[in-house]
Amino acid sequence: MHEFPRHVWLLVFAVFLGGCGEVWNNPYPAQDGGSNTFYSAFTERPKHLDPVQSYSEDEAEFNAQIYEPPLQYHYLKRPYALVPMTAEAVPRPRYEDAAGRPVAADSPRVAFSVYEIRIKPGILYQPHPAFARDETGRLRYHDLRREDLASIYALRDFPNTGTRELTAADYVYQIKRLAHPRLHSPVLGLMSEYIVGLREFAQRLKQEDAALAAAGRRGAWLDLTRFPLAGVETLDTYSYRIRIKGRYPQFAYWLAMNFFAPVPIEADRFFAQLGMAEKNLTLDWYPIGTGPYMLTENNPNARMVLERNPNYRGEAYPNEGEQGDAAAGLLADAGKRMPFVDKVVFSREREGIPYWNKFLQGYYDSSGISSDSFDQAVRVSVEGEAAVSPEMAARGIRLEASVGTATRYFAFNWLDPVVGGGQADAAARERARKLRQAISIALDWEEFISIFANGRGIPGQGPIPPGIFGFKAGEAGINPVVYDWSNGASQRKSIEVAKRLLAEAGYPDGREAKSGQPLVLYLDTTDRGPGDKPRLDWYRKQFAKLSIQLEIRGTDYNRFQEKVRKGAAQMFAWGWNADYPDPENFLFLFHGPQSRARTQGENAANYANAEYDRLFQQVKHMDNGPARQALIDRMTAILHEDAPWSFGFHPKDYGLIHGWVTNLKPNHMARNGLKYRRIDAALRERSRAEWNRPVLWPLGLIAALIAASAAPAVIGWRRREQSRGGA
Amino acid sequence: MLAYIVRRLLYAIPILIGVNLLTFALFFVVNTPDDMARMQLGVKRVTPEAIEKWKAERGYDKPLLYNGAADGAEKVTSTIFFEKSVKLFVFDFGRADDGRDIGHEIRTRMGPSLAIAVPTFVLGLFVTVSFALLLAFFRATYLDFWGVVVCVAMMSVSSLFYIIGGQYLVSKVWHLVPISGYAGGPDAMRFLLLPVLISVVAGIGSSTRWYRTIFLEEIGKDYVRTARAKGLSEPTVLFRHVLKNAMIPILTGVVVVIPLLFMGSLLVESFFGVPGLGSYTIDAINAQDFAVVRSMVFIGSLLYIVGLLLTDLSYTLVDPRVRLQ
Repeated sequence: MHEFPRHVWLLVFAVFLGGCGEVWNNPYPAQDGGSNTFYSAFTERPKHLDPVQSYSEDEAEFNAQIYEPPLQYHYLKRPYALVPMTAEAVPRPRYEDAAGRPVAADSPRVAFSVYEIRIKPGILYQPHPAFARDETGRLRYHDLRREDLASIYALRDFPNTGTRELTAADYVYQIKRLAHPRLHSPVLGLMSEYIVGLREFAQRLKQEDAALAAAGRRGAWLDLTRFPLAGVETLDTYSYRIRIKGRYPQFAYWLAMNFFAPVPIEADRFFAQLGMAEKNLTLDWYPIGTGPYMLTENNPNARMVLERNPNYRGEAYPNEGEQGDAAAGLLADAGKRMPFVDKVVFSREREGIPYWNKFLQGYYDSSGISSDSFDQAVRVSVEGEAAVSPEMAARGIRLEASVGTATRYFAFNWLDPVVGGGQADAAARERARKLRQAISIALDWEEFISIFANGRGIPGQGPIPPGIFGFKAGEAGINPVVYDWSNGASQRKSIEVAKRLLAEAGYPDGREAKSGQPLVLYLDTTDRGPGDKPRLDWYRKQFAKLSIQLEIRGTDYNRFQEKVRKGAAQMFAWGWNADYPDPENFLFLFHGPQSRARTQGENAANYANAEYDRLFQQVKHMDNGPARQALIDRMTAILHEDAPWSFGFHPKDYGLIHGWVTNLKPNHMARNGLKYRRIDAALRERSRAEWNRPVLWPLGLIAALIAASAAPAVIGWRRREQSRGGA
Repeated sequence: MLAYIVRRLLYAIPILIGVNLLTFALFFVVNTPDDMARMQLGVKRVTPEAIEKWKAERGYDKPLLYNGAADGAEKVTSTIFFEKSVKLFVFDFGRADDGRDIGHEIRTRMGPSLAIAVPTFVLGLFVTVSFALLLAFFRATYLDFWGVVVCVAMMSVSSLFYIIGGQYLVSKVWHLVPISGYAGGPDAMRFLLLPVLISVVAGIGSSTRWYRTIFLEEIGKDYVRTARAKGLSEPTVLFRHVLKNAMIPILTGVVVVIPLLFMGSLLVESFFGVPGLGSYTIDAINAQDFAVVRSMVFIGSLLYIVGLLLTDLSYTLVDPRVRLQ
């Protein structure tokens, strides 16, 4: 009678141990041990995997390994440089006047830029049921009825797959998809301003979609190939042409984004069939590409798995990099065929503590560093040099530090009557300018970086971060309104200078000179929780240096955005991550016509300066060179003087990598870095076994403690029973 | 009995409408359809046209509760509230704001939630009832005193502490089970052991004290004295008589939570990376996904109503005097 339960327990224990392998806390199946797999994690589930909609870093982590736009960023070179991906070469635009006649690049008659892109032949798509053909050559899964999908729940349930060669038409098709009325491409508005005919094309599609709906065929397949797009055409199997209005050199950077990656029409047709969307079978869920990896498991609740695309052509690892790359071992695989890793497993980790601990146990190959774990992971020398802590070094963990292509800033709303610069009265404008300059000096970003970012940042001297053309290091690059150059370094001006400016602004000792009333300013922020209090106290302290009272207006993110949208926030702190490594992508944040309040543009401070706007129009279309640098210098000087932002800091990214990972160099522009990575799976396996030996004595101790705790109860019970028996 | 059940189920309809209305009001007090669109479309380069298009496609371009521009019944039916709520009553949850089928997500995520919730519930009930009976057995002794002290100490500690402490000791220091993650099939046991254990331990303090109080109240009654006078052993008195008669208050607290086991645990699922319904709800709140939030609130309310009904029905099983009419 007692045998059965014992067997059950033995079976359960055997299953438990069987699943554990050599170590017990391995979260992966034991059979995956030693496999050529890269392990990573994600915190936010991707919203979109359709390249026409996807625009976030979280999604690019997956999509950039699958989709292949014509261009990519060189993995190792800095400053960032474009190189071909599927294209034969980086296209050089030719210029035409309004009549279509060729003109010189610097001609004032330039009306169009023409990009002709030739892709490499022989590139194949990943295996996919959309390409599967039957014996007669017909596409096998393109005329499915609803009942054919009865037993289909995922893409892998289709027994047959196929492939085909990548063609220029696929790129053209994807550009047309930007205007698809049922998709929401975040760049449609911007691209409509540049790609010839895209706006009209979008209108045409909208009408056609409405006609379909009116005919009772809402959601039916909309064949984009039936409608021509004037500015985009296929020249031959491997070439296509894009006509851009005017000059727009930044367009080449867009050609390195997934918005311009190829999508085969077969995939769109396949997923458009009746019943597919109801089963989550969409292009938004199952990307299809020509890249080194394909998504074989899409479970954003738990894990996403990328596996080597068996049809991938194989790209050679770069032969050159920047200085120091060879010494760092980053050229050891030069010329070798990529990718080096067979499989990439991304596990969902919502909380930082499990993520960090699993990295330390060797179950994730790389990790960022949160503020909580910074002291455990990093030691900063008195010279300011950061290195891994001895504990990390003993495990062979390396630190990779890099300055991001981003900026964090403190904005003054230009429309505000106190701190803004839009007043009609010149004297009032001057007062507000001096007030902003005084606050810019008082806001000690060096202290902020030290306290709240663990030193991970470079104080901003202007909007352009290091690594982007236009940035100037050293004395030439400082903000002379806020800093002095002293002893070979920038020194923030003393608070006395700020107080003098404040007095000149009409607020001596933080009080309005005329009324004697204290100056009260308002900071709108989403920081409201107990954890945010130190940061808010810091802001108050900075303003208190000038005897200015700072009122914090905490609100949720929606309301905050709304205030900024309506130009109702007086001051706020925000940030910007670059889309592409061009100064235009930072300088446009001050372009008057792109005011957030007026036109819903990206100029959140609503800054407006006629000279700046005029220079911006010039600089945005120029090639990098001394002439462009001179204009950027002038624009930066205007910003220094007007101070629409207190330039906060450019964040530094610190990442930790285990010793078994090689070929990893931070690249803030390229998201397709997985193909370059190499891992030493045997070393990882040995390290995991060494670091994760089960410690069994606590189990014995716990059992002993339970027994010791139960002993008085057992003794007491027996005594009672005996005493009852005796009675 | 059948009439009682039908009547109770009919009562559920106005309750569910009320809950729906309340959820709707609370959600849209802090969120506008524009906010929802912006959350889905991202922060960068979002045009007003894209927002309008997003709203129109999902029916968020209509008035919230009353459509003054419509005619007749459409003044009420052509509103966000009506269109989003009515289908819930036939369990058509529709699509999340990111376009994915909510019903499919719920079906997929129910398994992991139950995999944690059911063993936690069963084991927790067994442990706490046993512990409470033991304390009742040793009532007014130093064992009872220290048992209660331990319970008070345990219930004073935040459940977050149990989770983080448990992960630190069991997974990080002792390397006995994975810190987080989930797998299907037999392999799931490695991932479930720690969250179940922690959930049970975290619940011991408060539940034991509650059951102990119930048992002590029963122990003082005449029938217990009579049982002892008949010479029954203390275990027999406790397990066969006290436990049985204490079932009504126990069932009141226990049966009502059984249906809610489907909903999962927000905290445990989040920290242990379990892809259940608890984490689904948290994700939806963070993403301001009204479609998912209202679906989860609706299911939660429905399950709670079912739980209350089951509680009432269970009374008839443990107490023959109870008659439902």
